[in-house]
Amino acid sequence: MSTGTTKLDVVVSDVVPVNELVTRFHFRRRDGQLLPTFSGGAHVVVEMRDGERTRLNPYSLMGSPLDTREYTISVRRDDVGRGGSLFMHRHVRPGIEMVISYPVNLFSLDLRARKHLMLAGGIGITPFMAQTAQLAADGGNFELHYTCRTASLGTYADLLRERYDRRVRLYHDDRDERIELDRLLSSQPLGTHLYVCGPSGMIGWVRDRAAALGWPTETVHFEHFAAPQPGAPFDVTLAVSGKTIRVGEQQSLLEAIEAAGVDPPYLCRGGVCGQCETNVIAHDGNFIHNDHWLSEEEHRCGKKIMPCVSRFEGRSLVLER
Amino acid sequence: MAAKSIISRPVYGTLSPQPGKHHLFVADAEGALAITDLAAKAPDGFFADAHIIFIPGNEGQHVAALEALKPAQLYQGPSFASALPRLKQTLANAHMGLRLYLAGTEGLIGQAMQVALEAGIDHTSIQTEHRGSLARRVQCVHCKGITENVTTQPATCSHCGLLLLVRDHYSRRLAAFQGVCINAEDRSEIPPTEEIFR
Repeated sequence: MSTGTTKLDVVVSDVVPVNELVTRFHFRRRDGQLLPTFSGGAHVVVEMRDGERTRLNPYSLMGSPLDTREYTISVRRDDVGRGGSLFMHRHVRPGIEMVISYPVNLFSLDLRARKHLMLAGGIGITPFMAQTAQLAADGGNFELHYTCRTASLGTYADLLRERYDRRVRLYHDDRDERIELDRLLSSQPLGTHLYVCGPSGMIGWVRDRAAALGWPTETVHFEHFAAPQPGAPFDVTLAVSGKTIRVGEQQSLLEAIEAAGVDPPYLCRGGVCGQCETNVIAHDGNFIHNDHWLSEEEHRCGKKIMPCVSRFEGRSLVLER
Repeated sequence: MAAKSIISRPVYGTLSPQPGKHHLFVADAEGALAITDLAAKAPDGFFADAHIIFIPGNEGQHVAALEALKPAQLYQGPSFASALPRLKQTLANAHMGLRLYLAGTEGLIGQAMQVALEAGIDHTSIQTEHRGSLARRVQCVHCKGITENVTTQPATCSHCGLLLLVRDHYSRRLAAFQGVCINAEDRSEIPPTEEIFR
């Protein structure tokens, strides 16, 4: 059993199309009990039995942390992705039994903040659904700036406006509405914390501007789930378990290790939490590091790899697994 | 330089210019030298957005060196208490982008940090540099009274008179080290007093 990934047996209690790309899934416990408590920003890893293949994808919980009768996630269909979102959209129906992990929070609110400034892009809105519900329940001070492509793709934008009124500001790409980021960041009271979730370009832009404008790193929080990138197949020797495996084009190294019956710890499967960090015993070739966990120095020296998102090309790779 | 002993014992660094829109310095006595050393590394125009709150102390030195930096504002006061309303007001009106730099004695750094924490600044984002005296602010755990400028080990509580062992155990909330009665079993036992926090 992997670290922090104690499993929950759930049943899909509802499937609700939200707009042309996004569908919401509701889960309840099969035994009728309450689900574990979670805090805004937490995610669960959903196990998908897709034929021979098991997919494990992380999704942010978007319901109110005050209601643990059910968990809800919203999945944006990615027609050119690795297939997890398509599986959810095509095969998951009400009444189906599924297995999900316990919730894990790698994007939690810092409740010492005087104010929470939230920036969402697209489907990056989901963790903020839970965080705003949590803050609103105790009169927390927050402001949400939400960028979406068009009004019809502004997932939950109407609901958020209805719930929180002027605390939510919407920006539509097709109307050329842009966040005036420098002005926004420079007008926040001391003690504000910043949270950003969205496409990696947006996260990079916000982090860079915040750093340049004097926001200490402790006050800037971001959720950066990189889906594993496909790439050329490669072979890996697992020294501890004495196995040699092949990592397929659409498979991550972590998935290939798991498929061989070896069970490394993991939490996020997106290159941020550090759980699956793996020592490299020997290599002849180049690493393709895609994680946000190892330092640049660690990326250079070739002694560690994050198998959830990173790949390898070359003659041989031996891992301590 | 303070050595790390237990986890709560503060460790200070060296001031360095941070990216930011405004720069607030609080310093006492030789802490001014940490500011002038930082100035040597700072980009042009850095002090045009700077506000320095300085408590020169009895020697009254270093004011001219700070004036020479041409900060937007330079305040000098006779004590930390006299500077406190100004510091609180500045923080209350500040926006994100203000960076805080504290330099000088541990008592000054600790008390200014205490005010900054109340204003919502994380202690890890404050630049600190210890200069000058090692004298400690000590809270007596028995009567809760705070004694300033403690230089000896043990030290007498200025409130209840108990003889206190001055520990490295530090409270950011109180901005004080912990003092615990050193001879609770037998008050007639008086260990020798050494001046170790000069």
